[in-house]
Amino acid sequence: MLSGLTFRRREAILGWVMASPWLLGFLAFTLGPMIASLVLSLYDWDLISPALLVGWGNYREFFVDDPLSLHSLRITLFYSLMAIPLHLVLGVILAMLLNAKIKGQSVIRTVYYLPAVLAGVAVAMLWRWIFSPDFGLLNLFLSYFNIEGPNWLGNRTWVLPSFVIMSLWGVGGGMVIYLAGLQGIPTDLYEAVEIDGATAFRRIWHITLPMLSPVIFFQLIMGVISSMQIFTQAFIMTDGGPGNASLFYMLYLYRQAFEYRNMGYASVLAWILFLCILALTLLLFRTASAWVYYEAETQRT
Amino acid sequence: MNTADSMTVAPPASTGLGKQRTQLIHRIVAYGVLGVGSLFILAPLVWMLSTSLKTRSQVFRFPPEWIPEQFLWQNYVEALTLLPFEIFLLNTVIITGLSVAGELVSSAVVAYAFARLRWAARNTLFIVVLATMMLPRQVTLIPTFILFTRVFGWKDTFYPLIVPSFFAVPFFVFLLRQFYMTLPFELDDAATIDGCSKFGVFLRILLPLSKPALAAVAIFSFQFHWNDFFYPLIYLFDKDKFTLALGLRFFQGNYGTDWHYLMAASLVVMLPVILVFFFAQRIFIQGVVYQGFK
Repeated sequence: MLSGLTFRRREAILGWVMASPWLLGFLAFTLGPMIASLVLSLYDWDLISPALLVGWGNYREFFVDDPLSLHSLRITLFYSLMAIPLHLVLGVILAMLLNAKIKGQSVIRTVYYLPAVLAGVAVAMLWRWIFSPDFGLLNLFLSYFNIEGPNWLGNRTWVLPSFVIMSLWGVGGGMVIYLAGLQGIPTDLYEAVEIDGATAFRRIWHITLPMLSPVIFFQLIMGVISSMQIFTQAFIMTDGGPGNASLFYMLYLYRQAFEYRNMGYASVLAWILFLCILALTLLLFRTASAWVYYEAETQRT
Repeated sequence: MNTADSMTVAPPASTGLGKQRTQLIHRIVAYGVLGVGSLFILAPLVWMLSTSLKTRSQVFRFPPEWIPEQFLWQNYVEALTLLPFEIFLLNTVIITGLSVAGELVSSAVVAYAFARLRWAARNTLFIVVLATMMLPRQVTLIPTFILFTRVFGWKDTFYPLIVPSFFAVPFFVFLLRQFYMTLPFELDDAATIDGCSKFGVFLRILLPLSKPALAAVAIFSFQFHWNDFFYPLIYLFDKDKFTLALGLRFFQGNYGTDWHYLMAASLVVMLPVILVFFFAQRIFIQGVVYQGFK
């Protein structure tokens, strides 16, 4: 019995030891900095001269004095509102088409998934060139239909849609996940309604979409988190232009922190971004009970 | 052709025929839409390759042409000599390699503690792991920047990009824990009876069985660090310390309209990710699927 006890104890010690890399990292690089960031948000500090306590000053600046803060938040939300639903609808439709027993399914899946693994500066370079008004691929393509394309990235109206178009190149990332979700739907469900003579539309509406809803829900949340944090594309392709029309939130935060060295104000920006993402996520969770279908408690798979 | 065959041998029952007809329509629509879509997906990459092989004058010819007049492979040599490619490549390999190793080892170890060991705060802390998965890193960005550059004096070094990797990544911990949970506990018991310690079970039993999940983690980690731009941008200033992503941006600043060079260099930077993707495609997609089903 005694040896059993020490065995237990040794296991517990090993548990703490093996979890310690995460625990230390969490304290040093997450929890500590989060608290520090809250404190910092009450100060004006340029990293050189001594920090100056300004209390709520930075928050007032965000909501009242600074015209760009809310502007950049609006732009980012507007972009998300265009991009996320498009990714969802296109991703699900493509996955449904691909889920048919067609030849070359895996080849097509590879092709669609490829752009989703590419990211960063190289992709941003490529799309800057594709959007070039006179020599770019997109306007060349439109010219086949006798359409004269706009100066995509140089035009206030078209610059945000340009970023949406670029993001849709990666639609295969979501598609692959939806496809896996579709393949996990038991076929006996379909067989059951087939006997009832259900139309294709009703089959999709009453079986496919409800069964897929947990995956859709998860993708929506990931979509919100990632689209609210867009940075590299904007930094490389437009640097916020023309006339701040693509001043994404993270780009503005970067400028405040690392170009203007307003560390206190940048902390406010960071916290408000965090709260916005949190609010949107919670909002989605609140709606979840109405449309996300979880297969009882006894889940198969 | 296959569908035509099955049409001829279709049973006479009308419902069967109707069903086959809708299936046929579905297939035609699927091929049509997916085929056209594939062209849209591939066109930018083909365009990139084509531009990278053109002469400067052909790049700026209107209307644009798809086929290079002559295939100037020389562009690649020139583009890569214009930027000190080998330095940027070496820096990127060092940072990516060490970060992947750090994330892989630390996450595998931590995940074992959460999956298999019994200790007091385990379940509570696992909820914290899940919560931090959702946390945008911007909230911690500025204080960690100050910590690394002012307190630790790590400005213009690789440390801020590598060291945090050794403290486990919540998403990877989660993914690996889920994978360990699928492995039967009887394995542990059998090994313990044979005199294997708990740590020995991790090292000799679970790790070798977790190769697919570990491979997925390694690939995600590689992809992130190879493409990462933001963190090198804020921490590295000296050109000798640049990664490929920073180098490309530097290149854009100096040769912004030399699209043939820009496309050649960008394609080279993308190439490792493309290669890894093709060789490890199944692991990649499997990993993404774990991610999708949380």
